[in-house]
Amino acid sequence: MTPELAILGAVAIPAAGAVGVAACGRVPNLRETVTLVAAALLFLAVATLVSPVLAGARPSVRLFEIIPGLPIAFEVEPLGMLFALVASSLWIASSVYSIGYMRGNNEAHQTRFYVCFALSLAATMGIAFAGNLITLFLFYEALTLVTYPLVTHHGDDEARRGGRLYLGLLLGTSIVLLLPAVIATWSIAGTLDFTPGGILAGKVSEGGAALLLALYMFGIGKAALMPVHRWLPAAMVAPTPVSALLHAVAVVKAGAFAVVKVIVYVFGTTAFGPETFGWLPWVAGFTILAASVVALRADNLKRRLAYSTVSQLSYIVLAAALLAPLSIVGAALHIATHAFGKITLFFAAGAIYTASHKTEVSQLDGIGRRMPWTMGAFTIGALSIIGIPPAAGFFSKWFMFVGTVESGQYLALAVLALSTLLNAAYFLPIVHAAFFRGQDRRDDHGEAPWPAVVALVATAAATLALPFFADVPLELAGQVGGAPK
Amino acid sequence: MTLEHLPALQVVLPLISAPLIVLVRRRWFAWALAVLVSWISLAIAVTLFLEVGRTGVITYAIGNWPPPWGIEYRVDALNSFVLVLVSFTAAVVAPYARISIAAELPREQAYLLFAMFCLCLAGLLGITITGDMFNIFVFLEIASLSTYVMIALGQRRKALVAAYQYLIMGTIGATFYVIGIGLLYLMTGTLNIADLAGRLRDVGEIRPLLAAFAFITVGIGLKLALFPLHQWLPNAYAFAPSVVTAFLSATATKVSVYVLIRFYFTIFGTSILFAALPTDEVLLVLSIAGIVTASLVAVFQQDLKRMFAYSSVAQIGYITLGLSLANEAGLTGSIVHLLNHGVTKGAIFLLIGGIALRCGAVTFDRLRGIGRRMPLTAFGLVIGGLSLVGIPGTAGFITKWYLVLAAIERGYWWLVAVIVASSLIALGYVWRFVEAAYLSPPDERSVKQGEAPASMLGFAWVLVIACVYFGLDTSFSVGAAREAAVLLIGGAR
Repeated sequence: MTPELAILGAVAIPAAGAVGVAACGRVPNLRETVTLVAAALLFLAVATLVSPVLAGARPSVRLFEIIPGLPIAFEVEPLGMLFALVASSLWIASSVYSIGYMRGNNEAHQTRFYVCFALSLAATMGIAFAGNLITLFLFYEALTLVTYPLVTHHGDDEARRGGRLYLGLLLGTSIVLLLPAVIATWSIAGTLDFTPGGILAGKVSEGGAALLLALYMFGIGKAALMPVHRWLPAAMVAPTPVSALLHAVAVVKAGAFAVVKVIVYVFGTTAFGPETFGWLPWVAGFTILAASVVALRADNLKRRLAYSTVSQLSYIVLAAALLAPLSIVGAALHIATHAFGKITLFFAAGAIYTASHKTEVSQLDGIGRRMPWTMGAFTIGALSIIGIPPAAGFFSKWFMFVGTVESGQYLALAVLALSTLLNAAYFLPIVHAAFFRGQDRRDDHGEAPWPAVVALVATAAATLALPFFADVPLELAGQVGGAPK
Repeated sequence: MTLEHLPALQVVLPLISAPLIVLVRRRWFAWALAVLVSWISLAIAVTLFLEVGRTGVITYAIGNWPPPWGIEYRVDALNSFVLVLVSFTAAVVAPYARISIAAELPREQAYLLFAMFCLCLAGLLGITITGDMFNIFVFLEIASLSTYVMIALGQRRKALVAAYQYLIMGTIGATFYVIGIGLLYLMTGTLNIADLAGRLRDVGEIRPLLAAFAFITVGIGLKLALFPLHQWLPNAYAFAPSVVTAFLSATATKVSVYVLIRFYFTIFGTSILFAALPTDEVLLVLSIAGIVTASLVAVFQQDLKRMFAYSSVAQIGYITLGLSLANEAGLTGSIVHLLNHGVTKGAIFLLIGGIALRCGAVTFDRLRGIGRRMPLTAFGLVIGGLSLVGIPGTAGFITKWYLVLAAIERGYWWLVAVIVASSLIALGYVWRFVEAAYLSPPDERSVKQGEAPASMLGFAWVLVIACVYFGLDTSFSVGAAREAAVLLIGGAR
């Protein structure tokens, strides 16, 4: 398979998978097989791109022009490669998990669910491999729209409210802020191609660039920078596999990815100084701490995880905004490490709900004895998010810490340190309660259906194993940051 | 031989088919002839478009009387594009009409509607193709009169009131227009547009020109439903038969906009338009007022057709907004939106016709749960709605891109904010439909189940697909619009 074909395949395979799923809607086993086959094929297609990209090639495809001079174009660069690898590998795990979850809970409209799921992966791949801003924007909006039916899956009033907030905030920010930013960039720079070193250097003043940056940062609502983060907790009305893959990995990482991409390839890491970027670490730092505090107070488990995600996304924004090579490596790595940790946590939350119908943190006393595998995986995921070695989260955090020191941003260092404590404060009590309290409980449920358990154990294992196979992600992230190996 | 007579045939064929239909008085014959004529018209329009692209302007002297004395048909980059839009819409709407008309009109009236449809098509094509401003008036009346009849054929009694209202407004508009061209004739002694444009440069007395300009702006403004002259439109669209609404929304107002563009940029030119008068400011303010108020009103409608009718007023505001910015990007946005909004609204109203057939009415309480019962219809409406919002991948996005670009190039950042904010309002009313269709318990009263008949659904989906196609591959739409914009801006200097 040539790299060009693999790029097109990465977008086409999930889309074709969606058609296949729709066609096999009446035969659930066949339908799920189609999903799994599509997921496996997608991963293979993405994997074939790794070695050319590592070798320094940047395979690209240009299609028809959407605006004269602005084609739909794909180009694989290290950051997109990393994002695509994470999303496509986790789609396999979450497909297995979905089978257990959706059947275990007797969810309705499962065909629609799998169709939209596959389509959202197609949109995610389009974002990951986008070669210019217009392509990114196209797939970014598509991702919002195809995930809307997933968020409103239950079709009740709560889903309708959540859906309104989700769509209103995501489409609203992208239309009102992101689109003018993209068009202004086109008007200023005359190109929208992602170019190492940026396309705006020398064409706009520091102040103008700061304004443009603000339009981008708040316009990319999927990165959930406060105050445009509210859609993420609202999206938790969706079935848990959606929260797991889309609202811990694909959708939110598409936001964080777009942020890093815009900072590195549109603004450039050296073209603009603190007058442009100075404000961003403050906003990101505030989001990190404020979201952590909200997470600390949330009793609903998924809500707590959602706010934890809001906080973790701002790590990436913060690290990218520091513009230090090592912090950008950290930002790129964090896209991967947080994905594995957080999806494990969501899988566990969904497994708990499926097995016991418990949703609140305060109900979880002693559940570790009934669901040892699930809660074991949960513990590993939590350790990774907190950043305790050997779990994967430690490594990305390490690079961020070094990056803050390197750039002399001690305030950012303090934020990172404080938020690590907060992370521990909102995760460890759950672990403690699950294993060491509620000795007198007499619940009769066991583990969730086996596909769900297999999936969450697999992602937990990957979280532990990632540091030992870190060459590929580290190399890719290093290429993004331009850091010495 | 016939090739050189194509400009005349473009108008003559639909014109003579109307009396033929009335003579034969058979429903099936009327329908077949309308389809045939609209398809031939499309073929002619496409041929002319390609020919203009190859050789430049085509002129045709009616009756061999050379211009400027005789009537000249003149096809250039701008109106060949409009010809394609009008005849394409007709070619999709006419075959769709058979079942829809049979369901909505009494048997004995059906042939009348097709006759009027052919007349209206002839009128619209004539307005577009002619290079003579009095001839525009004649065709304007042909198109308008046939439109009044078509609206009045709507089966609710309010259709009569709506048609009457439109008749009064339309007649005022036509009168104003004819006063305007009378003044121009007085000053220059010519009615030929190309000739007039040259002679106007030498006219020393500017006051009658300004009066003519004002009369024509108001007259055409009435026909194209420029805010605040849009009052006739929502009722006319809401009570006309579905087919008529679809056809009118995609063509009638667009052709009027074309006339306005022609007068503004070919005849008056930017010196009178923007130096002597605050035309751009006035048009800008009216456009914005139209966009914002009509969008807001649309949010609160209970009837789907009315809602999208108000949306049309807002979308026309986008077109005039681009004109008022008067730079290349703005004009490109305006011209391409003629097509983009045409296919989008055409698709929407054709799909609504299917709903009207199945549910009886198109009020919001009737179409609850329609997403499950008519999945293709509802999904097509969602795509059309997204195009109105301007989501990338749909035709509406392209327009929005150029309008925002034009505003940025002008340095009007506040206008960028207005444009994107109005998209959000559009999102509001489109999402009311989505929630009603997909997230509400189904309505029990709608007895007839299932999708619209295949012929209706199929032709509606032709426009839905066009709506997506023109959002992804713009080599035809933007290519033609840009060429026309460059031509107009160049000619106006």
